Amino acid sequence: MRFTLNGKNRDVRAAPMKRLLDVLREECGLTGTKEGCGEGECGACTVIVDGQPVNSCLVPFAQVRGSAVTTIEGLRDRHPLQEAFVVEGGAQCGICTPGMILAAVALPRGASLDEIRTGLAGNICRCTGYTAIYRAVERATSAKRRRKR
Amino acid sequence: MPAQTVGANRKSRGQAPLGACTRSSPRKSRGPALRASTRRRPSGAVGRNVPRKEGREKVTGRALYVDDLTFPGMLHGKTIRSTIPRGEITRIRLDFDRDGFTVADYRDVPGRNTIALIELDQPCLAEREIRHFAEPIVLLAHADREKLIAAESRITIDYRSLDPVFDPELSDLCFKEIDITRGDVARGLAEADVVVEGQYRVGLQEQLYIEPNGVIAVPENGGITVYGSLQCPYYVHRALRVLLDLPEDRVRVVQTETGGGFGGKEEYPSMIAGHAAILALKARRPVKLVYDRVEDMVATTKRHPGVIRHSTGVTRDGRLTAIDIDVLFDGGAYMTLSPVVLSRGVIHATGPYRCDNVRIHGRVVRTHTPPNGAFRGFGAPQTQFAAEVQMERIAEALGMDPVRLRETNAFRPGDTTATGQKLGRDCSAIPVLREAVKRSGFRAKRRAWRGSDRGIGLALFFHGSGFTGGGEVKLASKASLELTESGARILVASTEIGQGTRTMHAQIVADALGIPYDDVEVAVADTARVPDSGPTVASRTCMVVGKILQRCAAEIRQKLGKMSPREYLAAHGPLVVTKEYAGPDGLYWDDETYRGDAYGAYGWGCNVVEVERDPVTFEIRPTRVTTVQEIGKAIHPTLASGQIEGGTAQGLGYALLEEVAMRDGRMANAQLTNYLVPTTRDTPDIDVAILESPYEHGPFGAKGVGEMPIDGPAPAVVNAIRSLGLDVRAIPATPERILEATGAKA
Repeated sequence: MRFTLNGKNRDVRAAPMKRLLDVLREECGLTGTKEGCGEGECGACTVIVDGQPVNSCLVPFAQVRGSAVTTIEGLRDRHPLQEAFVVEGGAQCGICTPGMILAAVALPRGASLDEIRTGLAGNICRCTGYTAIYRAVERATSAKRRRKR
Repeated sequence: MPAQTVGANRKSRGQAPLGACTRSSPRKSRGPALRASTRRRPSGAVGRNVPRKEGREKVTGRALYVDDLTFPGMLHGKTIRSTIPRGEITRIRLDFDRDGFTVADYRDVPGRNTIALIELDQPCLAEREIRHFAEPIVLLAHADREKLIAAESRITIDYRSLDPVFDPELSDLCFKEIDITRGDVARGLAEADVVVEGQYRVGLQEQLYIEPNGVIAVPENGGITVYGSLQCPYYVHRALRVLLDLPEDRVRVVQTETGGGFGGKEEYPSMIAGHAAILALKARRPVKLVYDRVEDMVATTKRHPGVIRHSTGVTRDGRLTAIDIDVLFDGGAYMTLSPVVLSRGVIHATGPYRCDNVRIHGRVVRTHTPPNGAFRGFGAPQTQFAAEVQMERIAEALGMDPVRLRETNAFRPGDTTATGQKLGRDCSAIPVLREAVKRSGFRAKRRAWRGSDRGIGLALFFHGSGFTGGGEVKLASKASLELTESGARILVASTEIGQGTRTMHAQIVADALGIPYDDVEVAVADTARVPDSGPTVASRTCMVVGKILQRCAAEIRQKLGKMSPREYLAAHGPLVVTKEYAGPDGLYWDDETYRGDAYGAYGWGCNVVEVERDPVTFEIRPTRVTTVQEIGKAIHPTLASGQIEGGTAQGLGYALLEEVAMRDGRMANAQLTNYLVPTTRDTPDIDVAILESPYEHGPFGAKGVGEMPIDGPAPAVVNAIRSLGLDVRAIPATPERILEATGAKA
């Protein structure tokens, strides 16, 4: 089945009802996408499909035919959010971090704190109390603005 | 507002003034850029927000957790568990084609069928007797996970059921009983103008690390190597030696990147590692055993629930004359760490208050539920919840300002605790209380919100750092430091589980050695390479293990003299310095009488929580938390704040949301869908202020910080609810409980 993975065309053979999460981790060898609950509650398995953050544990592989999928590996260590998460302490144990960063990537530009809270409400972090994550998102946003100036 | 930067008093010791570092609400941008070169100021890592050692790996998805690893020929494991809470196994039928399967039960245990911890009462695999739901009985392994799932439904286990005991008050077995006595409680009660009595209840709490428990066991070198998500490599090492009857050098335990622990990966990994090892040895192939969320919640340990009763004598002007406390914890079916949880619970049971006449009686008993065990705070959140709600009720009974009541009784330097410990100069109960009251505008808000749906409450708390009593002396932890071409490599069994162990240890070593932070490496916590630094628990990793590392570094620095590491290695060859825990002189503890210095040092904290009641749904929503915590020295202010913010959120969950529904000894809501933990929408702004009153025996003055933050939220939340006129004395304070309290009021 063909789809775009992190900007590259891929043709992957896997059972159509296999969870996208497992296809990414097993068939594609991208283990940056994590499983926390397997029922779409924790958001650790968040990936971006056609611009929208989704829980890859709830998506059957067949559903991404022809779609563009972005995983944490697709940010290639170049996204300002990644640096900001390190600096601000947004990553502690790190298991929710890839999903959290991808959910943050999908936030609307210039999101207010309230919008950040809502946008990240599907991603559970048990370590940080979220405060450092908000700081990281805001830092990345302001870094982007600075660069544009 | 004291806004002195934390780095300013890096070299101060002893009587340095309280430094303060403040962390404001998330809207406010914070301080200078943190990526300032660490190379330009080689001796200044401590107190600065240097980059987290494994931060890059974590934000890129390159960090490898146990489920990310595979080994050639690896099988997947599965645990078949009891479906009754108490009884005997009468028959086991396996009705599937065994081709490709490895099946194991207790008869496959090469050594002793037990999880070696405090008492050898818990079997690794049940033989005949069943003492709780989800007790492991049969193990399966197969290369294909689908086949494992299919096989599970073809296994039938017949039982003869016995009546379970779920009410700890009705238990017939006490795991541990502790008495602490000071002065004469009867006399103290007689001297009192008012006696306030109360009973408080706390529920179970699930650690809910986002990465479930998991290990991979690899048979090799005539023994076993276990890779796993765990806090205490040497706990697993010891348990496997006993279970598998293997000599020390045939068992190797390697920590993989660990996605949260909170105590839930303190003792349980010994169980899952044992299961994987038994399968791997039988199959002669690597076996991966990773729980899904449901299994993790149903089968693994939780925070002890309890009932705590207080009877307090107080004079009309608010002086405590007697404190009488009874603590009852439900330990579940096996002992695990229950005696030590009780120990920390009773020692913290008075809260941070002086009183000449104290009696504390604690028990932890057996019931037929899955065993409870370690969880951040370790008994102290339970007992300090009771203590601080009791304090609030005393203020209500006296018609006294709750701040003044606490100011009257809070520990000062030189005061003596219930166990007879004289508190040092770093005792900071009063400073944290005053700062929290001031920062939050407590008094004005309390006045303004009277009669509305908004409430505000506070809680004062403390937390002992390190193992209780003589625990650290018994542990005799070791840490090593190895000289490298460019600097040094840390060799410790302390694990990074999110709190920042590697980073914080490297900062201590960098400064003690006088080299740049980037030149300090941290070895993987692998029992084949690192000495036994004791478990990563009890808020001890910085204060205790960090101090040993600081001593190692001091010795290396002396040996180096003016030479660079490279020159030294060329001249003298390899250099590894290993040091063992050496407690401060004069620490005394008697385990028989529970008298003496319970902890080397205490951290101090005060929370103010603001809440809103929804008049329609009866939900209580926290709107803001102000938390002031005195931790000796923030080695890394961002990491330290992270502990406080995260622990506060977890404590808010404990207070309001997290309810483990036990039905017939089984967790009925073992899913994230209906076991609710705080999301972004449930977590308010958290205003953190860190105060520093250095502890002379901690590295650069540091005390523990990991656990204390979870002691304070629950009582502050409930006291805020009480300010709405609702008599709540139990957590979680769910809408059902609020409804009940509202009904009682009307």
